[in-house]
Amino acid sequence: MNQRDLNQGRPSRIEGDIDTTNGRKLSTFSGNKALMLDEPLIFELGSRETCGVDIDVMEPIESRLGGLERHQPIGLAGLSESETVRHYTRLSRQNYAIDLGLFPLGSCTMKHNPRLNEKMARIAGFADIHPMQPISTVQGALELIDELAHWLKTLTGMPAVAMSPKAGAHGELCGILAIRAALEARGDAREVILVPESAHGTNPATAAFAGYRVEEIPATEGGRVDVEALAARLGPDVAGVMITNPNTCGLFEPDMRKISDLVHAAGGLVYCDGANFNAIVGRVRPGDLGIDAMHINLHKTFSTPHGGGGPGSGPVVLSEALAPYAPLPYVTKSSDFFQLVEEEQSLSEDSDTFGRMTAFHGQMGMFTRALSYIMSHGADGLKQVSEDAVLNANYILRSMDDVLDAPFGHSGPCMHEALFSDKGLADGFSTINISKGLIDEGYHPMTMYFPLVVHGAMLVEPTETESKHALDNFIGSFRHVVNQAKEGDQSLLQAPHFAPRARLDETAAARRPILVWNEPETAQAAE
Amino acid sequence: MRYLPLSDNERGQMLAKIGVQSIDDLFVDVPEEARLTGPIRELPNHASEMAVERHFKALAAKNTVAGEVPFFIGAGAYRHHVPASVDHIIQRGEFLTAYTPYQPEIAQGTLQMLFEFQTQVARMLGTDVANASMYDGSTSCWEAISMARRITKKKKAILSPGVHPHYVSVAKTMARFTGDILDTSLPTLDGTTDLEAELLNSIDDETSCVVVQYPDILGNINDLTRISHKAQEYKALLIAVVTEPVAMGAIKSPGEMGADIVVGEGQSIGVGLQFGGPYVGLFGCKAKYVRQMPGRLCGETVDAEGKRGFVLTLSTREQHIRRDKATSNICTNSGLCALAFSVHMTLLGEKGLRDLAMVNHTKAVKAADRLTSIEGVEMVTGNFFNEFTLRLPTDARAIVQQLADQQILGGVSLGRLYPDSDGLDNGLVIAVTETVLDEDIEIFANALETILSGGVS
Repeated sequence: MNQRDLNQGRPSRIEGDIDTTNGRKLSTFSGNKALMLDEPLIFELGSRETCGVDIDVMEPIESRLGGLERHQPIGLAGLSESETVRHYTRLSRQNYAIDLGLFPLGSCTMKHNPRLNEKMARIAGFADIHPMQPISTVQGALELIDELAHWLKTLTGMPAVAMSPKAGAHGELCGILAIRAALEARGDAREVILVPESAHGTNPATAAFAGYRVEEIPATEGGRVDVEALAARLGPDVAGVMITNPNTCGLFEPDMRKISDLVHAAGGLVYCDGANFNAIVGRVRPGDLGIDAMHINLHKTFSTPHGGGGPGSGPVVLSEALAPYAPLPYVTKSSDFFQLVEEEQSLSEDSDTFGRMTAFHGQMGMFTRALSYIMSHGADGLKQVSEDAVLNANYILRSMDDVLDAPFGHSGPCMHEALFSDKGLADGFSTINISKGLIDEGYHPMTMYFPLVVHGAMLVEPTETESKHALDNFIGSFRHVVNQAKEGDQSLLQAPHFAPRARLDETAAARRPILVWNEPETAQAAE
Repeated sequence: MRYLPLSDNERGQMLAKIGVQSIDDLFVDVPEEARLTGPIRELPNHASEMAVERHFKALAAKNTVAGEVPFFIGAGAYRHHVPASVDHIIQRGEFLTAYTPYQPEIAQGTLQMLFEFQTQVARMLGTDVANASMYDGSTSCWEAISMARRITKKKKAILSPGVHPHYVSVAKTMARFTGDILDTSLPTLDGTTDLEAELLNSIDDETSCVVVQYPDILGNINDLTRISHKAQEYKALLIAVVTEPVAMGAIKSPGEMGADIVVGEGQSIGVGLQFGGPYVGLFGCKAKYVRQMPGRLCGETVDAEGKRGFVLTLSTREQHIRRDKATSNICTNSGLCALAFSVHMTLLGEKGLRDLAMVNHTKAVKAADRLTSIEGVEMVTGNFFNEFTLRLPTDARAIVQQLADQQILGGVSLGRLYPDSDGLDNGLVIAVTETVLDEDIEIFANALETILSGGVS
């Protein structure tokens, strides 16, 4: 019986590219393996003479470059259009993506990116307008921003929103700067921001970036903020707290209202990290929980594409207390005219704004996509979004908790993501082995080793756009890999076996960083 | 609900597996008073593709599309032709719907692209290294000032009057909270003050960095060598800001003239106007400062079988490891815009970028000659690439609006950029790229001539 029959048609897991019938290693002349294609760098493929764009030839003129003309070559390589399309198409096939399968990266909300949104963002009336066009020529764009703002305010139950922040962490900064500006305006300089130990790394980094000292608040055994410890630490030096809700353990903070009241009573303000808004959108309004500011990752909850690491967009909803300090520019409406309030208008209106955070008006291309997503779902659909996201996560939690430790699973349901620990794996096996095993199974791994409050954390967020069929397949693979790790299956230690690359040497990369390509002769000369 | 695959039957099966009666049982941690019972009533319910599309088209129709009128606006964002293949490639799902490449074995596509991007950016700006992108030019500029403070352990940053006023505003917003001292000044239209001499004079032992834009907000291109030498003498860093990277095809790079950190706005190449965002921040510096850089870095390494591969590296600088000690709070950057930039740069190559730059310069010179032939219109800018500033005999804000009323987008008034400075009101900044036709220049010039002569065209 040959290998194929033994495996019932599935690829073998252990042998890789060894042909076991005679022990000979199978290889190809090109190094490719059929559809698994390696691709050189553009600098190795292209040349300085090749160009994939036809550019008009102009009559030479007398230059006005003032003696600064470039004489040295830039060192760029060009490709024809056909080579360019092929280069990037071949590269693209080495990526995992939502379009290929379930992408359970906890806290990142990898949901389907509807293509209507892409089409809407490309309408020339939005894609081909300049941020400094006269206001009368961009009324539709400002109206769109105003419309999205209305949705965001209503969905969160908050009175104001700052639209310009460029991503989640930029939104955090916006919220913290508004808090600082509000406190300074009442002559109340405070120095400390409290952050739970389970927080995403951007929270402490943001508070420090804004000039605050960061102190950590411990978590309870149930994975929530320790309200007593928080209350004990509050005082006249505490500017505010940054609480993620639902939190990074995938749990709702049931005492959020109480936390807000305590912080307010102590003279501080409440920042809510809205990275996990997807779990409650349409069902819970954060404004009902007493918060003062919350950023919304449009690239998470409202499905603007993650694009291999951005662009994101991080509008920040604000309470009455913080609204006057919102950054420039912002949109206002009087009768039927939309005004963009920039430095000029804010001067005349004697505004309290804390200033500008970015050159222009925010991520317009993300606003169009997010509004298209939001309108497509509507109030009823968004409620269904959070319900299905929570349902899918709990389905995974209860389909796994007999084989994998779920540290908070005993206390009740999770929200949009299920958290597991590496407890019970065989000696020498950890979360990373499960991650790499899942890669061989054809999945992107879950978020690993985060949050820090759980040993060997595995944070699984399926999102609402996965079918039951897709979830069942994933659960099958996940259980299989977990069992391998519990049984001490040695093949798992070298996984992935079937990815375009085996395990990469990250230590070597950091020890002697090679961050740009150099011509081979230069590279040799430098050694 | 077209994006939600679960059927009610399946939802029931799943609830049974979980061991609860209804979906409400999964929201038990939410206090009763905060639970909404039905869909939010103030908002409409779901809409079909057709309905959404109708709505968007109606909104879009209220905007004047740059590509449909004579168009001369720049001031930090430039309208260049983007080849069709760029948009095709960035819409491939494997790029569009991928995440930050945390799992390098299944993200080599994004990682190799970032490595190529970093190489292109470093070579273009004349720096040793570049990162995997920032949000935009203005936030890159602030991050560079912040980085210079960490390297020099000094807090005074001198911003030249040629730096984009919105970039200066961003820096001011941040400096108010970080305690950095910013020495800023305004540009002038009369050309009588020697701005470079003033800048050189203000460099002292307290200076952490000098920030210079190249080409500057008025379009001027000036040699940075003297400033670089003076900064070096006082152990300060020279930060150059490039808002129009196409210029690098025609003029020396800031790195060549001694800049320590070069930041830029990459929008010009591959990204498009998009009403201000998303754009892509460029960030390059000398190799010795790499461990103080903000943002993601992609590095070359090998896999267990000895094959070349790429990973995110030096992440001990970053927020997810260092938390409040990180070099920046940035997490998500501008990956897909970096891809668009890189694809367009690959299509252009060395020859294409240089040819494109010369077309821009040539058209700008033509436009400048034609516009300054109008009575009362004077050239402010000395040497320029594809953008220059004119002094009109009257407030340029009104002129820009009158031109817009005739469907001509004729530049940005300095009054809008510098509302608190009366002396600049008559300034008009004009950008001319390869997308401008000779007849556009004629239409613009004729309209301006008529308006200035008091007539109605």
